[in-house]
Amino acid sequence: MNSTWIILGATSSMARAFARAVAAEGAGVLLAGRDAEELAALAADCRLRGARMAEAVTFDARDARTFGPIVERAEAEEGTINAAVFVGSMPEQAAIDTDPALIDGVVADSFTGPARFLQVLAPVLEARGQGTVVGVGSVAGDRGRLGNYVYGAAKAGFATYLSGLRNRLTRAGGHVVTVKPGFVDTAMTWGLPGLFLVAPPEAVAADILKAVRKGRNVIYTPFFWRYIMLIIRHIPEPVFKKMKI
Amino acid sequence: MLWKTADYAGWGRALRATGEIARPERRRALDDILKDGLVPAVGMRRSYGDAALNDGGRVIDMTRLDRMLAFDPATGVLEVEAGARVGEIAAAFGPKGWLPAVMPGTGLATVGGCIGQDVHGKNHHHAGSFCQHVAGLTLITAEGSVEVTPEGTPGLFRATAGGLGQTGVIAKARLKLLPAKGDVMVVTERRVEDWDEHIARLDASEATYTVGWIDATATGAVLGRGILEEGETGSGLMPKRVRNRRVPIDAPHFALAGPIVRAFNNAYYRRVPASGRTVVRPIGDFFFPLDKIHDWNRLYGKRGFHQFQCVVPLEAAPALRDMLDTIATSGLASPLAVLKRMGQGRAGFLSFPMEGYTLAVDFPNRAEARELIRRLEDRAADAGGRLYFAKDSLAQGTAIRSMYPELPDWQEAVAKADPGTALATDLVRRLNLRSTR
Ligand SMILES: Cc1cc2nc3c(=O)[nH]c(=O)nc-3n(C[C@H](O)[C@H](O)[C@H](O)COP(=O)(O)OP(=O)(O)OC[C@H]3O[C@@H](n4cnc5c(N)ncnc54)[C@H](O)[C@@H]3O)c2cc1C
Ligand SMILES: NC(=O)c1ccc[n+]([C@@H]2O[C@H](COP(=O)([O-])OP(=O)(O)OC[C@H]3O[C@@H](n4cnc5c(N)ncnc54)[C@H](OP(=O)(O)O)[C@@H]3O)[C@@H](O)[C@H]2O)c1
Repeated sequence: MNSTWIILGATSSMARAFARAVAAEGAGVLLAGRDAEELAALAADCRLRGARMAEAVTFDARDARTFGPIVERAEAEEGTINAAVFVGSMPEQAAIDTDPALIDGVVADSFTGPARFLQVLAPVLEARGQGTVVGVGSVAGDRGRLGNYVYGAAKAGFATYLSGLRNRLTRAGGHVVTVKPGFVDTAMTWGLPGLFLVAPPEAVAADILKAVRKGRNVIYTPFFWRYIMLIIRHIPEPVFKKMKI
Repeated sequence: MLWKTADYAGWGRALRATGEIARPERRRALDDILKDGLVPAVGMRRSYGDAALNDGGRVIDMTRLDRMLAFDPATGVLEVEAGARVGEIAAAFGPKGWLPAVMPGTGLATVGGCIGQDVHGKNHHHAGSFCQHVAGLTLITAEGSVEVTPEGTPGLFRATAGGLGQTGVIAKARLKLLPAKGDVMVVTERRVEDWDEHIARLDASEATYTVGWIDATATGAVLGRGILEEGETGSGLMPKRVRNRRVPIDAPHFALAGPIVRAFNNAYYRRVPASGRTVVRPIGDFFFPLDKIHDWNRLYGKRGFHQFQCVVPLEAAPALRDMLDTIATSGLASPLAVLKRMGQGRAGFLSFPMEGYTLAVDFPNRAEARELIRRLEDRAADAGGRLYFAKDSLAQGTAIRSMYPELPDWQEAVAKADPGTALATDLVRRLNLRSTR
């Protein structure tokens, strides 16, 4: 299989599971993030699991200068170029309430940074006439909630962006998969109160890979979140605004 | 959040603990935690009792530090983080013709856990124990990070191998993998009619991997009957794996009641034709048969279960037979029991193996069963045998001292590595392992 996956936010355990799954199939992986030491360890791991090529590349969602070199590095590979976006950050809502400036960071990490990166990448996919983009959003983007509405807003923006990008890339033979995970057992959620039905990152990665293969547009993972969110989206606003969920 | 407060349990779910757990996802996070003092490390908590529990204290869950870092095909040495699971290593390296030299009966055990218990596999009679194939490890002790090797630091190495995590936190290890013919197993299974035949066949087996499954409900003339399984690695193609199953909820108490277990065992026995058979299996199916059913420990219900495992010297086989007789006639039915012949191989002061026979049996956590296990423990001690820390949850400290004569050597090394006893776990406290008297 002659394909290369650019993985943004590769230090996330969800991304790690995904990188391993594609590595085991022989794909090349460009592991993009800020923590060079960790990315180097993951690159070694991916190579030992069968990746054709695995390299760490520097990516900071808040620094657009890091975007171009990654795209150039990917272009040096023949075959299909794909990208999976796992970047995101979720400071406590209470912290944002005291320091509104934090909003800029959340939006940059979860929406505008990745979107700007994908804008640079899109012409390459169009030129090759193929390639899949996986964008990890969140069920939190489906409705603004008291507990994390700024993060949710960024994810909602990203989801809308992905929908438009899908519209664009489909015309050129590419594809975009929007992924909305429920609760996943990662560093982001470790020790948070009130979680239920927490999924292992490996299960989420397997769902994503399946969705890529089947050319799905929007998936919830694990699948039952589709129904949970269906209900939550349909609660009338006059009722919802008084709820604490 | 760094520390999560949780209620957690050993694999048998009979012993539980409440405390704070950190699960570092990157190496630096581990170093940061340990800067403020040592904390015991745990792996997948596949130890049945309390080896991986620290009630009221803290533990570090190592399972996210699980990357394979480097492999040298010339020597077969793999450098890997301690949280990596043995089954993952087998899955990645089997197709390339290498396997972990020693694998326990679950592929979910981590490298750190396999070192902490110096585990054995179905090839113990040839290959010895897990830590005999450890070329070195990186250990974080009270004095900081140290490289520990069998040659360079023999005392600390022998205290760490099978050392129950008491010398420090193992961050990574270098494992000498064993060449394998491929990633499938050629397995010969035959029925064994009774105890004497079981022992005779185990003694005579020349296979690389050998294990005896005993129907622990069979009594009288058929006591000790079962299936002898012998395996060799091979190459070839296997059909795609079937999906793993999961036990979604705690089973009601009757799930493993006597008649059901007897029927199951009977079917398991009859599954193999009277003339025996040779089949080809994926490596995972042979080495980790129970991993196909996730969370199978829940089959025993909320109260959980105990596993009794002892090893006795070769000449004490008759005593082991009597123990099996007591188990079988007790009717405290336990599904499958495992009988193995062990070699001498052991790497640490507290390693379990000794040359002889080892028997492992599961019991539901009920008063009669606990009572029976205590009697079995006494008999294992009388027979010159020992109990396994990875399985034990009921023993008392005094009995352990005679079983592990090198305990003082271990204590000396451990006192140096962790003078503040910050690494003590529930097992260490229950068995009073770190106190010199
Ligand atoms: C189905 C099943 C089959 C089994 N079959 C076998 C078998 O055939 N042979 C056999 O020998 N055992 C067997 N076992 C037991 C199992 O292999 C051991 O209990 C092993 O230790 C489990 O690994 P773990 O990662 O779960 O370790 P845990 O149970 O989490 O920990 C075990 C010990 O190692 C220490 N430890 C773990 N990680 C580290 C680290 N990074 N640094 C320092 N200390 C650490 C812990 O403190 C603890 O004392 C079996 C268990 C099950 C559930
Ligand atoms: N966990 C859940 O329950 C859950 C649910 C729904 C959606 N999600 C989404 O799933 C994705 C993965 O998250 P996770 O749960 O695995 O949490 P995580 O470990 O916190 O992962 C977040 C990732 O984003 C990266 N990142 C953050 N800011 C960055 C920046 N400015 N530049 C570059 N990289 C940056 C992090 O890299 P560093 O290592 O450099 O910090 C890390 O790799 C996120 O998009 C998250 O929003 C998670």
